[in-house]
Amino acid sequence: MQPADLSAIDLVAAVRQGDLSAVQCTEAFLNRIQYCNGAINAFLNVDRAGALACAESIDVRRRSGQPLGPLAGLPVAVKDALCTADLPTTAASKILENFRPPYDAFVVSRLRQADAVIVGKTNMDEFAMGGSNENSAFGPVHNPWDFSRAPGGSSGGSAACVAADMTPVAIGSDTGGSIRQPAGLCGITGLKPTYGRVSRRGLIAFASSLDQIGPMARSAADCALVLETIAGHDPGDSTSLTDAVPRYTSLLEQPLAGVRVGRVPEHFAAGLDPEVAKGVEEAFAVLKAAGATVHDIAMPHAKYGVATYYLVAPCEASSNLARYDGAHYGHRASAKPSSAFESPLIEMYCRSRAEGFGPEVKRRIMLGTYALSSGYYDAYYAKALKVRRLIRQDYLDAFEHVDLIGGPVSATPAFKLGEKTGDPLAMYLVDLYTVSTNLAGVGGISFPCGFTKSGLPIGFQLQAPALGEPLLLRASDRFQRLTDWHLRRPPNLTALCTPKG
Amino acid sequence: MNASTSETQVPFTTIIGLEVHVQLQTLTKLFCGCSTAFGAPPNTQVCPVCLGLPGSLPVMNQRAFRLALKAALALDCNIASFTKWDRKNYFYPDLPKGYQISQFDLPFSMDGTLEVIDPKGTIGPCRVGIVRVHLEEDAGKSMHDETAGSGDTRIDLNRAGTPLCEIVTQPDLRSPQEARLWLNELKLLLVYLGVSDCNMQEGSLRVDANVNLHIPQPDGRIAKTPIVEIKNMNSFRSVERALVYETTRQWGVWQETHAEMGKTPKQTRGWDDPAGVTRAQRHKEESSDYRYFPEPDLVPVTVSSAQQAAVRSEMGEPPVRVRKGLETRWKISAYDADVLVNQGRQLVDYFEELATLIGDGKIASNWLQQDVLRTLNERGGTIEDFPVRPAALAELIARVNAGDFDTSRAREIFSEMLASGRSAADAVLSMGIAVVGDDELVALCRDILAANPKIVADVKGGKEQAAAGLIGHAKKKNPNINPGKVRTICIDLIRAMQ
Repeated sequence: MQPADLSAIDLVAAVRQGDLSAVQCTEAFLNRIQYCNGAINAFLNVDRAGALACAESIDVRRRSGQPLGPLAGLPVAVKDALCTADLPTTAASKILENFRPPYDAFVVSRLRQADAVIVGKTNMDEFAMGGSNENSAFGPVHNPWDFSRAPGGSSGGSAACVAADMTPVAIGSDTGGSIRQPAGLCGITGLKPTYGRVSRRGLIAFASSLDQIGPMARSAADCALVLETIAGHDPGDSTSLTDAVPRYTSLLEQPLAGVRVGRVPEHFAAGLDPEVAKGVEEAFAVLKAAGATVHDIAMPHAKYGVATYYLVAPCEASSNLARYDGAHYGHRASAKPSSAFESPLIEMYCRSRAEGFGPEVKRRIMLGTYALSSGYYDAYYAKALKVRRLIRQDYLDAFEHVDLIGGPVSATPAFKLGEKTGDPLAMYLVDLYTVSTNLAGVGGISFPCGFTKSGLPIGFQLQAPALGEPLLLRASDRFQRLTDWHLRRPPNLTALCTPKG
Repeated sequence: MNASTSETQVPFTTIIGLEVHVQLQTLTKLFCGCSTAFGAPPNTQVCPVCLGLPGSLPVMNQRAFRLALKAALALDCNIASFTKWDRKNYFYPDLPKGYQISQFDLPFSMDGTLEVIDPKGTIGPCRVGIVRVHLEEDAGKSMHDETAGSGDTRIDLNRAGTPLCEIVTQPDLRSPQEARLWLNELKLLLVYLGVSDCNMQEGSLRVDANVNLHIPQPDGRIAKTPIVEIKNMNSFRSVERALVYETTRQWGVWQETHAEMGKTPKQTRGWDDPAGVTRAQRHKEESSDYRYFPEPDLVPVTVSSAQQAAVRSEMGEPPVRVRKGLETRWKISAYDADVLVNQGRQLVDYFEELATLIGDGKIASNWLQQDVLRTLNERGGTIEDFPVRPAALAELIARVNAGDFDTSRAREIFSEMLASGRSAADAVLSMGIAVVGDDELVALCRDILAANPKIVADVKGGKEQAAAGLIGHAKKKNPNINPGKVRTICIDLIRAMQ
């Protein structure tokens, strides 16, 4: 059996038992990366030597009987928005090209402490701004199910990496759907935990009140395994929650009988692709078959989610991205004295930012700066905060009646690369079903619930109240015990990846 | 300058409000663990958080918040039960994140007062309202290197992230002198509380002043001149001088232009201390929009009444109460109490220990002001390190009171105690001073009287002051004599002759 055919849970067990060495396991995935990444562009940086050295040290320790961490030997890919002390961290932006942080993100430290093997950094939309991975300064990611299509975003590299078996699990971040939407479009499982469940320390900020790091894997059970390691209080992140972290993997067994799943009728209005609608309805049927009950619920303010999100997120981003000025680190424009600027310093700032940021990032910096400006603040930012509270209240009200909320992740399956790049507004609407989760600060998971006739994955989303990760994972795992959508692999991937000539 | 109280009557009222930034006395910065110590080589007290590196997050320093709370309580402010942090966005090379973490619409405290009474009585009591006290982080320092002619600016981020308390007053001050007096009292209060060392040279206390004139018009209306904000004042004396200058300048401009507030934008002027003038600073219109919004990386802070009570209980006495206490306990004048209190808590403790030992506040106060403080001024150093401790000084004063020697002799002994660290008794011994016994003294006096018939005759003739001449002769015979005693004995002996 090939390591790529094993779940993360089984891989870790195999390494622990000595059936598979960490080096063998790591090598298998590194070779897969070497083979596939050229066609997919999921990785911005692969640390072959570092990964093998790490695996080797795990094997040495295992052979000498020393204790191993819970993820020993598990290859993990990390979204390039998370700081790694030994690898460049760029957030897929030219402005951070060659930036090496002096520290590991909290999540990266946790992974290392758990003896996971970090194999590289994955591609993404620049500063996590985008839903297609086309905003990367280092080229788009290709969806392993159809190279002409987008993998979704912003964690498109992490999603494609797992979908193409280049690693069994990956770390993503989700500000408005950036884990769940690419997971849905790539046919994998992605969890956005409750805001504060996973420390944001070392995550390059996009919108601080919305950003959350989470696991992406082939199954809910594998997500549970990774979440156990990365969740938990971090005194270095004031917004991280102090609640104890449950053993998610041990809470999967309980059946779904009596679990109430909400269904929002408005989700099925015009705009939802009929094949996606069908797949989602069938997913509700599977949950029913597992013993859950399905109830229509109202989310009256959900329709304002995208508008609210596209005020709150750019406002915070405009402030978070002010620090990239070319002075201390990252891209600095070469001096080219001209009289167009107040001073050589101002020129350096302006040109560094002009050259370093991509068009979507600039657009959001401008949107946010505008919306926070005096005279506009009340009409935009302050109003968005009010609507955010109403959306949060919608969730609180809904969770009085149901335990989970189900529905589509995105309105269509993976779209063509270039299809929406000329229309930023159309691109913003791909976040329709996912942004409210972040605005409310609750958790959500997405996993495949079928395929279109043309063979593209269809995603299903579940959302739970704050700290409802055990139920999210249990329901998804139960679904995956009854279906095999999550086990399907992109057909002919090996052949398609074969370098031409 | 209030027209009714100023020496030279002026036809306007001066309106002054202050903005004071105080660096809190914490070991570490407001949102990271870096040291706040002054004077380290540039950029050696920095970390990813205060450098604003990607992915770094702030964590609030609890001690800084407690210190700020202490300051606000001492200023009689209302403490908010819920307060939050905001980002103040502006772009400047010494602001690494591109924003400053501050407090905007929900500061942790508001609506306080601090009243000051001038012990000299030249200025009436002034009661100044506090609009708000809030907490924020400091920026780094830009050092403009113009000497090299390159116009380079160097950035030191050691100060970036240092906790600052911003205290904003109501425009309740009516003269530059009042402003200075009030600032002195504020500084004293903060130092007494241990909130800040208020060292202006090190930038621990910075003052900006807003000033304009209210000018009564013939029709009964009050014309108001445009408000000017004065920056760059490096001492309280500069504050007073800058305000005096600015008041005069505004009066001159008014007489020429009759320009009123609102017609021109608020002006910022910098104080040029050597030149003694304020100068208009370049307008920065674009920087006035700070795009404040709630800081998402920090959680709001709640303050319970129990927390308030805890801070209150560790607050200690404010200077105003210490002054009153000294006046009533030790029967010293308001003026003397003020001089002692202005020297700081440690000197007050020294005074009280001394006064208790000798049982007399007035004498203790005199010794402190005339000898201890003078010495400190000459030699530098602090009262804690002062070599003559209260017990030793009390011993010396007791000997003076017992008539063993007079004050000028005692001062010589005091100098010896200072130099050698000896006790009073040891100093007396080492200086070879032997106390002259009463019989010995009477015999000595008889000898001098016998040798100086002219003086004796003068005294007999009613010129008692002539006895002073006898003391010089006595001292020549024995330097250890008590001149007062000699004088008394001699006069008694002369009277007995008659």
